[in-house]
Amino acid sequence: MLKSLRMVTDPLLDKNPVTVHILGICSALAVTTSVATALTLSLALMAVLAVSAGIISLIRRHIPSSIRIIVQITIIASLVIVADQLLQAFAYEMSQRLSVFVSLIATNCIVLGRTEAFALHNRPVPSMLDALGNGAGYSLVLLVVAAIRELFGAGTLLGYGVLPLVADGGWYQPMRLMLLAPSAFIILGLLVWAVRSLRPVQQEAREFSPYAPERQVQP
Amino acid sequence: MAEPRSSGPWRRFLARPNTDRVKTVGVALLVAVACGLSVSTAAVLLRPLIEANVAAERQALMSAMLAGLPGIGPILEEAGADAVEQVVVDLDAGAIAGGIDPAGFDQAAIAADPQTSTALSRAEDLAGIGRRENFAQAYMVRRDGELALVVLPVYGNGYQSTIRAYLALEADLATVAAFTVYEQGETPGLGSRITEPAWQAQWAGKSVSRDGEVVIEVVRGTADGPYEVDGISGASVTGYAVTDMLHFWLGPRGFGPWLDRLRMGGA
Repeated sequence: MLKSLRMVTDPLLDKNPVTVHILGICSALAVTTSVATALTLSLALMAVLAVSAGIISLIRRHIPSSIRIIVQITIIASLVIVADQLLQAFAYEMSQRLSVFVSLIATNCIVLGRTEAFALHNRPVPSMLDALGNGAGYSLVLLVVAAIRELFGAGTLLGYGVLPLVADGGWYQPMRLMLLAPSAFIILGLLVWAVRSLRPVQQEAREFSPYAPERQVQP
Repeated sequence: MAEPRSSGPWRRFLARPNTDRVKTVGVALLVAVACGLSVSTAAVLLRPLIEANVAAERQALMSAMLAGLPGIGPILEEAGADAVEQVVVDLDAGAIAGGIDPAGFDQAAIAADPQTSTALSRAEDLAGIGRRENFAQAYMVRRDGELALVVLPVYGNGYQSTIRAYLALEADLATVAAFTVYEQGETPGLGSRITEPAWQAQWAGKSVSRDGEVVIEVVRGTADGPYEVDGISGASVTGYAVTDMLHFWLGPRGFGPWLDRLRMGGA
């Protein structure tokens, strides 16, 4: 029981796919201008990830290793299309705001990464728990970044006004930079730095030392 | 995957080693069929819902566009949605087709039927649509019996999608009241910026024709004068496509003949 719980909670901070493995960055940049879009994409990714991990784990003994990647991608891509259609049918406005990024879940490294690294070698229930944990870890980072961007970029959270804007007679001048992609890079970088300062275990060893030629000393 | 207890061919298939060629091809086929089935089932089951959503959004865009127009919004507030008169135009005859009920008019079906559509030659086909339906929907708004606004649904081939838009013309049938794109799949961040209110806002007050000739153009760089609209950097092809589709739909193969008749005072 405790082990299952750890499988879900570990990817939230200690093995977070975004801050530790730096996976799924592109969508994390694109959909984090508002909390609502980030939340929808997170839910879609979690659903796709959990179901694909379950299916792949169910048939893992019969996937020939020579075609395993294409089999996984086929299953993931099909689920993504279904998720996209569901969004278009039941949350049309949101699907318009997410535009291509729902279909791009198929290329999200977290999905293929977890099915390839975990679901292919484990039983369905642990695989789905692992998938949920990783989905939640991704969602957590997305929501933190989105909350910061929406709060400082538009003065709102989930569409509700938090900081009174100058335009509406308040005192807060929104930072337009927050609504542009570079701000997501900056926030994500600061986030990774903060997490690694709090958990020094996550700091990686240097892979190489910078090249510095010996100084020539004039005779 | 359900495994039957008896040792049938299914079981023998599953028992094959994973390196076996038959098993590799078989698993690939089974996965492809299963995935294909689930995707197509979802698409077929959800299509009515999605289409209803698209239609509702289209209607909302149209209402929002009309409500935002100076001089038109108040008319609609007074008379409600009935103030917008739906008509079906016989494009070749340049007249309202009396025999067709606008309420049940399905333009997509008309366009798909060779009996009710006309093939276009390459020179004529500015909008890149191949065939043009013989009957097209349009909307009119009247004020005290006088024509106040005509809304023409236009469409054409863009850079990588079909762009569909409403062009609202004022009573002189040359001044643009509004231009609203309601469906497109252009490159996000570039061509798809034609849906942005800031870009669409610059259309108001432009003039589509000079001395009866259609001259409106989406230009690269900065627009100059009443016949030019600023293009979007990085989306030249989308700009050309919008220009071309307007030239087509306002021209002799589009709504041109009908607009001419309206200008002369007929309907």
